[in-house]
Amino acid sequence: METDKAQIDIDRSAGDFSYPMNYEFDAGTGLTEATVDYISGVKEEPEWIRDFRRQALRTFFKKPMPTNWASRDLENIIFNDIRYYLSSGTKPKRSWDDVSPEMKQTFERLGIPEQERKFLAGVEAQFDSEAAYSNIKKVAADQGVIFVGSTEGLKEHPEIFRKWFGKVIPVGDNKFSALNAAVFSGGSFIYVPPGVKVKHPLQAYFRINAESFGQFERTLIIADEGAEVTYMEGCTAPKFETATLHSAVVELVALKGAKIQYITVQNWSNNVFNLVTKRGLAHEDAEIKWIDCNIGSRLTMKYPGVVMKGRRARGEVISIALANDGQHQDTGAKMVHAADDTTSNVVSKSISVGTGRATYRGLVHVPKHLKGCKNNTECDALLINPHSRTDTYPAISVRGNRHAMQHEASVSQVSAEQIFYMMSRGLTESQAMSLSVNGFVNDLVRQFPMEYSVELKRLIELQMEGSVG
Amino acid sequence: MSLKIDNLHVSIGEKPIVRGLTLEIQPGEVHAIMGVNGSGKSTLAKAIAGHPDYTITSGTVTMDGEDILGWESDERSRKGLFLAFQYPNEIPGVSNANFIRAAVQARLGEGEELDAVEYYERLYSKMDELGIPREFTARSVNEGFSGGEKKRNEILQMMMVTPKYGVMDETDSGLDIDALKVVAAGVNAQRGPNLGLLLITHYQRLLNYIEPDFVHVMVDGHIVQSGGKELALQLEDKGYDQFREPSPALVS
Repeated sequence: METDKAQIDIDRSAGDFSYPMNYEFDAGTGLTEATVDYISGVKEEPEWIRDFRRQALRTFFKKPMPTNWASRDLENIIFNDIRYYLSSGTKPKRSWDDVSPEMKQTFERLGIPEQERKFLAGVEAQFDSEAAYSNIKKVAADQGVIFVGSTEGLKEHPEIFRKWFGKVIPVGDNKFSALNAAVFSGGSFIYVPPGVKVKHPLQAYFRINAESFGQFERTLIIADEGAEVTYMEGCTAPKFETATLHSAVVELVALKGAKIQYITVQNWSNNVFNLVTKRGLAHEDAEIKWIDCNIGSRLTMKYPGVVMKGRRARGEVISIALANDGQHQDTGAKMVHAADDTTSNVVSKSISVGTGRATYRGLVHVPKHLKGCKNNTECDALLINPHSRTDTYPAISVRGNRHAMQHEASVSQVSAEQIFYMMSRGLTESQAMSLSVNGFVNDLVRQFPMEYSVELKRLIELQMEGSVG
Repeated sequence: MSLKIDNLHVSIGEKPIVRGLTLEIQPGEVHAIMGVNGSGKSTLAKAIAGHPDYTITSGTVTMDGEDILGWESDERSRKGLFLAFQYPNEIPGVSNANFIRAAVQARLGEGEELDAVEYYERLYSKMDELGIPREFTARSVNEGFSGGEKKRNEILQMMMVTPKYGVMDETDSGLDIDALKVVAAGVNAQRGPNLGLLLITHYQRLLNYIEPDFVHVMVDGHIVQSGGKELALQLEDKGYDQFREPSPALVS
């Protein structure tokens, strides 16, 4: 059967809209030390952060683009054409009624206040550079949970913030972590006190509204001993002709016996370069789980990692990537075992549609002096059309012989016979295709909270709609 | 009202397989096509259902007066044609309940939503008829199924979408006698004035349990003889050789 009919008109109507804004603060176009100082000034930041930013900027300029191993498409990012800071004030509102009508309308259209009422313990809604809204429900706040924006976090809770900020992901980790460190704004700061288990998820929603803009949120989550928290993030942007840059840094710290689950449903429009560094530090008996789902963007480069620092720590990355025409999802996982009896699990599923390209890069590191470490890696790729592409680059460095490692990879294609079978039951070709793609990722989607799995299935259906003629 | 196949010629690639087959099935009738492997039986089934690899080179197929050859397979299905596969495909990760639900939903008008409670009630009662355990609904479509389970699943799907015409491609193959009896009972339960059936089989055995009104013998891509159910017994007795045209190579 011929499935090479691609050429797609994807329905991104859900996120593809914008309202005109008058920004009070605008760092202008281009990136110099003045840009960094401007941001620090608007935010009235302490001196140590100002220095941190300046130093990071120098690191950013020094570091080459990683095109020796990554996509050359990175060269199409013109840093001098980007706007690095746009906001209408740095103080997020605690009530939706106080949020400006344009922003409120935006988030209402995206369903955020509704989700908040239904099933979330707290929400932060970022609009370009700053959170427009940030609120935590009383029940969580009463338990001592802190959920604020990064700017507020560093000012109001310096004793916790400063201890961990930049410690999981050093400034110079890569060129884009340095960029983020220089111009970061927005993102969440979360602290969960010892033993507190936050029952409902906390959610952040990142919205890019402006053209030729760069969003650089910075998130730091600390779960103290025995604490548990689930954090979810979603994101959208209207589709512009020009490139938009999203470069976040997310650091997680799970202290002894703590559990952090971090869920991302990334649905950027496909003019967005999404270059994100995410890493967690898991102490003794702690568990960090990244559930990472990439549907949108032009180029995504993201390899969530866990450094298992304490004995019996566990790290997990569950990822789903869907690369449609003109998209490259370059995703994966980094598992660094740094203590005995640590366990990591990576399950990655990618779907390439049309000319879309999905790349998996995995790193598993176990040094020689350790014992009893376990890793399981599974990565499965599904190709929809003859021109779809997938690549896998696993890097497993395991020293010593007291460990158990397992790696499985598969590439499959939706078979014409399978599609015919479904069509002979009355399903259209695109319904058949989307059912079989949903089937492919089903075991992973089931791990999502229900509200998100429904959303994810719907997104996959939308993506598949145009993939067959 | 009928499923009417008129002088149908079907090729796979350049190779003609079905060569001038004519057959008419009225609602309420059960026809059986018998033939050896390679006689073109399965090609006929797939061509009627609209498999894109099979090219109709000439002839017509109409369903209740409408030419179906211009329709994609999904449209043929929604309009009332059902093909029970000889080798049903697996769909990993998609549960039977969801798959059948999608098939039933596909038959509803735009904006019409299938009532979930009614759907499950109906599904369970049909499953009971076929002796299918409840856990079946959660399993992936045909994945890890035995031959018998796959065939039962085909019959279940047929029951759920209530076609006007059913084509059953070697439904008996791979079934032991007990499974065959269950499947046949399911098919018999559906027999009635609103359903026309075409059974495609190699062996007479199936016809002991699903009694046909008409039997057709297919050789080299067309029907060489038609008759009542006694024709099947005659075939069982004497084999297909009696119908075979002498091969020119052997004669010379």
